[in-house]
Amino acid sequence: MQTTAFDSTLDRADLPSRVDVEQWSALVGAAAIIGYGLSRRSLSGLCLAAGAAPLAYRAATGHWPIGLHALTGRDDDTRAALGGDRGVNVRESIRLETPVDEVFRFWKRLENLPRFMTNILSVTDKGGGHSHWVASGPAGLRVEWDAEIINEIQNKVIAWRSLPGGDVVSAGSVVFGPAREDRGTQLTVSLQYDPPAGKLGSTIAMLFGKAPSQTIREDLRRLKQLVEAGEVARSKPDLPADVPPAGRIQAFRARGTR
Amino acid sequence: MRAACYYGKEDIRVERVPDPQILNPRDAIVKVTSTAICGSDLHIYDGYIPTMESGDILGHEFMGEVVEVGPGNDKLKIGDRVVVPFTIACGHCFFCHKQLWSLCDNSNPNAWMAEKLAGYSGSGLFGYSHIYGGYPGGQAEYARVPFADIGPIKVPETLSDEQVLFLSDIFPTGYMAAENCDIQGGDTVAVWGCGPVGQFAIKSAWLLGAERVIAIDRFPERLAMASTHGKAETLNYTEVDVLDALRAMTGGQGPDSCIDAVGLEAHGTTLDAWYDRVKTSLYLATDRPHALRQAIAACRKGGTVSIPGVYGGWLDKFPLGGAFAKGLTLKMGQTHMHRYLPLLLGRIERGEIDPSFVITHRVTLDDAPEMYRTFRDKADDCIKVVMRPH
Repeated sequence: MQTTAFDSTLDRADLPSRVDVEQWSALVGAAAIIGYGLSRRSLSGLCLAAGAAPLAYRAATGHWPIGLHALTGRDDDTRAALGGDRGVNVRESIRLETPVDEVFRFWKRLENLPRFMTNILSVTDKGGGHSHWVASGPAGLRVEWDAEIINEIQNKVIAWRSLPGGDVVSAGSVVFGPAREDRGTQLTVSLQYDPPAGKLGSTIAMLFGKAPSQTIREDLRRLKQLVEAGEVARSKPDLPADVPPAGRIQAFRARGTR
Repeated sequence: MRAACYYGKEDIRVERVPDPQILNPRDAIVKVTSTAICGSDLHIYDGYIPTMESGDILGHEFMGEVVEVGPGNDKLKIGDRVVVPFTIACGHCFFCHKQLWSLCDNSNPNAWMAEKLAGYSGSGLFGYSHIYGGYPGGQAEYARVPFADIGPIKVPETLSDEQVLFLSDIFPTGYMAAENCDIQGGDTVAVWGCGPVGQFAIKSAWLLGAERVIAIDRFPERLAMASTHGKAETLNYTEVDVLDALRAMTGGQGPDSCIDAVGLEAHGTTLDAWYDRVKTSLYLATDRPHALRQAIAACRKGGTVSIPGVYGGWLDKFPLGGAFAKGLTLKMGQTHMHRYLPLLLGRIERGEIDPSFVITHRVTLDDAPEMYRTFRDKADDCIKVVMRPH
């Protein structure tokens, strides 16, 4: 056995650049959606095709059309973008067999978050309650934003919002409550976000199989596996392995040939 | 390495596949010295298990030598000889803490699939479709064992593979079936199905203090094994009316506990297409749903019906009214393997039982395709097949 799973661990920082991938995938995505929409020969199909126009614009220019923000009510300010019924709302809970303080401590180490949030590529703690997020957005686009913590009570709640200038406008909170006579934790994540290209973008994402609530639920399931069992369950080597760097692992590996 | 792989209904091939790798810190890799075909593998062979994929490695009864250990596993060492339980459990979730190991929350990466079927997912299983996690199985030269610091049990060199291999599933499964009967002194236990699990349920009923054990089947060689090795009274249901016979044998009262070690050749998920398929397979199954109905009908008032046989989908014409009228207790589920391993290894070491009595066929891994057919057809008096991959 020459190769190891650790060697094949995806280095997620090595994703192709925005210019290459985003524009091409935007082009392909726009073409697919326009083609699909027109093929429906219906009003909704036409709307879908028309809705893909901003994506086509982005494919051509590498930028979202400026007017789009106004069109979708999108705004850099979370209150304006997410107030009322704007944005996408997701709320999911999970119960862990681990005391609140341990779960809170785990979440506070921001580098832990990409270990269970599959769409988050990296989180960098910039200090002072500020952090930088890089995520894989709809159709695999790479999106980045800065966030600040707006409310934090030890072992109870962390709430945050995105800062102006990023690709994503979002706000959210995670509430840590005691469960099972304080032996466990009930954790509730509430997330609001204004997806790139507005609700349409989110709808398109769902068309391609990524419903936001299901994504969060699977993320929380992996969080539970990490916190309780110390690793994310996997049955095949195609996901990034939750293991230390390959060099360290080699020392533990058995010698001999098979 | 070579492995027995699934390619479709009645299509099993021994193929060359990539060696397993350590994927997680608590993993171990086991060089498989002995592996068995389980009756539940035949559900796969017959094409009744959804979410099997072409090329999936089969098998969940296996043991061997540890050849590789992950960096987070401080319990196993290279060279340890271990038996691997077929249910995969993390050891740290609510359910593992409650000794409900086969209901582990953290070992099924495809839990969402099982949630669509049952609301919540049980543990992952080796070699038993993607709804149970898609873990490659042990009918292979090597196998990756997740959470290997908590599952595999070390076995002493003084015991042969054949004596300890069935700790991987059928001995604990038969034992839990009997334990679920809460056997009291003077009790009569009736066992439907004299396959390997039924044989161990019979043996275990004696170990747990039953006064009488009655075994029900139609294959002479299986009834003979239940009689000679199991010391059970036997009923051939093609020759006698089982309900009448049990009533007569128990003075009109009925057995105190009834064990359904037959199960049902059907699985499904919530998708409508699969529901149709489940119903179809129910009707295609021979007498199998009949066994559970009969066990419920036969059981004495206030008795227990224990179900180690595998059920997967929706059951039609289930006599819940009868079960309710008699105040029955129904117990079922995948075996909480980890709970029984030290206990049952102890019983083997003390000579209270030698599980190797069920073995009728000893072959190599290359014989897997032929032996699946032989076992399924119950040809050649086949009751239990053990394969040696090396």
